[in-house]
Amino acid sequence: MDQTVRSATTGIRPATRPLVLLLATFLLAGLCVASLAIGSKTIPFGEVFSVLIDPRGGETEAIVRGLRLPRTLLGLFAGVALGLSGALIQGVTRNPLADPGILGVSAGAGFAVSLAVLAFGLSSFYSYVWFAFAGAAIASVVVYALGGFGRGGATPVKLALAGVAMLALLTSLTSGVLLLDPNALYVYRSWAVGSLTGQDTAIVAQMVPFLLTGTALALSVAPALNSLALGDDVASALGRRIGLIRLGGVVAVTLLAGTVSAVVGPIVFIGLVIPHVARAITGPDYRWILPYTMVLAPCLVLAADILGRVVARPGEIGVGVITAFLGAPFFIALIRRRRLAEL
Amino acid sequence: MRPEIAPTLRAEGLAVSYGDRSIITDLDLVVPPGKISVIVGANASGKSTLLRSLARLLSPAAGQVCLDGESIHAMPTRELARMVGLLPQSPVAPEGMTVIDLVGRGRAPHQSWWRQWSHSDEETVRHALELTSMLDLAERPVDELSGGQRQRAWIAMALAQDTDILLLDEPTTFLDMAHQIEVLDLVMDLNRTRGRTVMMVLHDLNQACRYADHIVAMKSGRIVAQGPPADLLTAELVDEVFDVRCCVVTDPVSGTPLVIPIGRHHEPRNVARHPFPIH
Repeated sequence: MDQTVRSATTGIRPATRPLVLLLATFLLAGLCVASLAIGSKTIPFGEVFSVLIDPRGGETEAIVRGLRLPRTLLGLFAGVALGLSGALIQGVTRNPLADPGILGVSAGAGFAVSLAVLAFGLSSFYSYVWFAFAGAAIASVVVYALGGFGRGGATPVKLALAGVAMLALLTSLTSGVLLLDPNALYVYRSWAVGSLTGQDTAIVAQMVPFLLTGTALALSVAPALNSLALGDDVASALGRRIGLIRLGGVVAVTLLAGTVSAVVGPIVFIGLVIPHVARAITGPDYRWILPYTMVLAPCLVLAADILGRVVARPGEIGVGVITAFLGAPFFIALIRRRRLAEL
Repeated sequence: MRPEIAPTLRAEGLAVSYGDRSIITDLDLVVPPGKISVIVGANASGKSTLLRSLARLLSPAAGQVCLDGESIHAMPTRELARMVGLLPQSPVAPEGMTVIDLVGRGRAPHQSWWRQWSHSDEETVRHALELTSMLDLAERPVDELSGGQRQRAWIAMALAQDTDILLLDEPTTFLDMAHQIEVLDLVMDLNRTRGRTVMMVLHDLNQACRYADHIVAMKSGRIVAQGPPADLLTAELVDEVFDVRCCVVTDPVSGTPLVIPIGRHHEPRNVARHPFPIH
């Protein structure tokens, strides 16, 4: 067996996994700094650091601390959450094409936003963000409950079918609401564009407890996902409680992707692609796939966001658009170079 | 080292149903400790259902399964998984997973979130690979192996689980003849040299006779007969269980019963008088 075939199907050598993860973390740190420095007004790295360490007022501080810091943090959080929830949902449903959207999370958030405007006339971000989060949570609970009917509980296939049905329903309901109420369309558009801009530090700080809980839950089910990957019967025979694992995974996805969808809007690509990139590097071990997605996904989000500020100066292109532009060719290249791992 | 007295798995008044459909009704069974038992029966006779119930993959509608007198349904899942292992029919490994990774996952019931990999895990996995002659293939992806090697890798995973009782659901399905013999010989090694209690479902009656110490014949969710193959296997029993006319002769190699089905186009030619050809 020659080395190239081995690495094509099972990733890098196990011993080098921590090192590559560390390198990726450095890359992420670099991108965070770049995200603070680069924009319509480029600020030298040295000045970025001095403003961060020693706030002294002025335009530079306003830009770095007031605008770019929350934006960078939001990109970081959104990346971590979307990457993790993508890997989780693929592991729980054993479906390589699953992304967090399959639980109806972002469709639920979107419907809740449009409904909040139609029914209550809410239009400020602070009022509808909670609606969005509630909508995401309710949608995924309903999908999980629907998928859980009948023999075998929430099996991967039933979960996927329930998710697709729910997605179709919510999307058409949302369109209905948006057609009824032009004001809802206006608010919905500003949510649905999928942008990291315009949030202040307060809202970013409010996300933290949800994301921390979701991340802890995600990491705690990682070893169990490794058993689940061998099939339900083998996992049960290995002493795993399948229903509990699936529930834990779904709750974590809801917390992570729901929070991000509510604040940032739908960013669809990250959760689908990054877990495959991570899997191509690490091989099929969720104890490594999850940490890798946590680092690689925010790299893509931040890189896309930075690129969006640079390419259309002085204007900007939304991060959702750039991730699709960056990600799609990359994904196609990945598929063409090696078969995608079946789960 | 294994304990002197192997634990005993026992079904008492077991009934299992899928929804309204009753699969197993009022079944009593003791899995003979330290022996190889084989469940035989026609399709849909409840063989796999019984095996899965013994490993708590299904919950009974009535009755219970006990391990050394304790109901397995009251046991913590991990504790049960350290004593009873089950290999389902034709399991599939995720693409790109190496043999050693697969076998390592058999250690799950011995690990906890904060203690993922220990020296004893390492040793047990190595030993399982050795027993199944998979050491040389340890770094290979499972999906690149031949059918027999793949099944050996899965058996190695079940061995790494290090249970006293091993339940195998049709371990030879989809394997060619050479690989079937390879797998069954391995199972016999494990039983004879490691003293593991094995219960498996097999489709081939003659293989069952050859490898089993104890045969359990099932029909319509009930046990029709059970016992050592030599005492149990008669043309009448085969007719009752499988609805097939046959001759039962002595296997010239193993001395165990050999079932020869007759079918509609053939008639037996004095086989009964000359059990096997004399050269």
